[in-house]
Amino acid sequence: MQLENTCEQNIHPSVIASAYGLTKSFAGKKALDNIDLEIKSGQVFAILGANGAGKTTLINIFLGRLNADQGDVSVFGVRPGSLQAKRQSGAMLQVANLPETLKIKEHIQLFQSYYPHPMDYQKVINYAGLQHMQNRYSKKLSGGEKQRLLFALSICGNPKLLFLDEPSVGMDVEARQGLWQGIRDLRAAGTGIVLTTHYLEEADNLADNIVLLKQGAIIRQGSSDDIKASISHTIIRFSSDKKLQEFEQLPAVINVKKSGKFIQLQTENVNQTLPPLLSANPNLQNLSVSSAGLEEAFLQLNNSGGE
Amino acid sequence: MFDIKLAQTMKTSQTMNNSLTMNIMQTLNIYRLESKFEWLKSIRNPSFALPAILFPALFYMFFGVLMNQHDPQAATYLLCSYGTFGIIGPALFSFGAGLAIERGQGWLDIKDASPMPGAAHIVSRLLVSMAFSVMVLMSLGLVAFIFTDVSLSLSQVLTLSTILVFGGLPFCLLGLTLGLLLKAESAPAVVNLVYLPMSFLSGLWIPISMLPDFLQSFAEFLPPYHLSQLALKVVALDSGGSVAKHLAILALSTVIFFVLAIVAFNKKSVR
Repeated sequence: MQLENTCEQNIHPSVIASAYGLTKSFAGKKALDNIDLEIKSGQVFAILGANGAGKTTLINIFLGRLNADQGDVSVFGVRPGSLQAKRQSGAMLQVANLPETLKIKEHIQLFQSYYPHPMDYQKVINYAGLQHMQNRYSKKLSGGEKQRLLFALSICGNPKLLFLDEPSVGMDVEARQGLWQGIRDLRAAGTGIVLTTHYLEEADNLADNIVLLKQGAIIRQGSSDDIKASISHTIIRFSSDKKLQEFEQLPAVINVKKSGKFIQLQTENVNQTLPPLLSANPNLQNLSVSSAGLEEAFLQLNNSGGE
Repeated sequence: MFDIKLAQTMKTSQTMNNSLTMNIMQTLNIYRLESKFEWLKSIRNPSFALPAILFPALFYMFFGVLMNQHDPQAATYLLCSYGTFGIIGPALFSFGAGLAIERGQGWLDIKDASPMPGAAHIVSRLLVSMAFSVMVLMSLGLVAFIFTDVSLSLSQVLTLSTILVFGGLPFCLLGLTLGLLLKAESAPAVVNLVYLPMSFLSGLWIPISMLPDFLQSFAEFLPPYHLSQLALKVVALDSGGSVAKHLAILALSTVIFFVLAIVAFNKKSVR
């Protein structure tokens, strides 16, 4: 933590891309509704949301592949999608397949040629963890290896701004750890990174700033800790044969649910809930108390917020 | 420590700002590599390269050599018409099917998000289909040289090759239009449905004079017919239309396919 802080001070995060009042509709249905956000250098910016929440639309607008209906969107002070913006950015989009009869190193050499100051070939290979398959044809790559190649292509131009749309889909645990390390290294080198993901663990591990999108609107924005803290709830878990209703009466309890033989209470104040719970049930089995994680926060905000 | 890092950061950001343009050598390098890898990609793909190069030669072997009783005039005629048939194939398939498949995979979205100049993509495919045309013509020439009594002067060979290699342009543009409009799954089939009947009706498989009258007049509307007539003019076996007319119709179809490609492109781009 100490180290990270020093790092960020040296890099002086500055706003490199922004959207103000961004609104986009498809066939009359709002895909993005009045979005304000700023993306800073040397930071990872995670966009979370269910399918159809507008994550990919947002990235496509920042890439200039879609036009906003309303609002100001700028990337490096210029129009998204302009050559000047493209030469400083990289993008990893969701792709079903790559041309199969080219080798990994050929794909990378080609993409390096597109940029004024390409990243060193060996560096690209190392960031993406492709050392052992440089001569392999893309036909022979697994889903996770393809993702690594797409990641490599997205960083070929030494991007100051990097868009990663669901980067770790199809990756095994080890490959995902490798990708995360690559993202951290790029961030430490000053690259601003925009990440959409389904894996909350990924956002929790990497993101300096998280935006929760729901039906095209931002329902919460902040650091992972901010978002967890914004629902200061505690989870009490135990096994019991009693009916759920008996626990709903307990003070400060806001939600009760049963999963298997476990009962899970969500409470706003554990000090008020726990003593009466224990005195009414002196021999509770498997009792555990934990603070809500990003996942609980996300689920709760996504279920209640925004409407 | 802090100051050094800060100075480095400032230096880096300064170089970044100053160097967002690319010099002419860098730009040419994009075109060079794009073409080189487009070529490698195509030649390594047997389901594209083999039929593109071998089918015209096989057809010529069958109709121009085996079915033909050593008639040098018929063999010469069919060399020109199968040459025309052969160069249209790679033009339609590289642009049409190849582009539609890469588009369907989402691969073109990645290229689109990169700073690659769109023209580099088009030019590379154009050069590759011309290179395939040269190979098609060489394989046809080889069959003709070994198995037939066709005799052409060097200048006839060069004129014929030049006409056919550059005559592929309108078909590249037709392929481009199809590639932008078609779905990946159906593209190869649809391209065949355009390619084969159009070739037959233009008299590329069997001489136009052997087709019924109404089909002969219909051929006047098909660009491959006019390209084959230009080729046949070199060996004085054409049906007698003027060079200017054939050129004008090929130029007109080039313009029409170009406009269609632009319309198809705009339909796909930024909404």
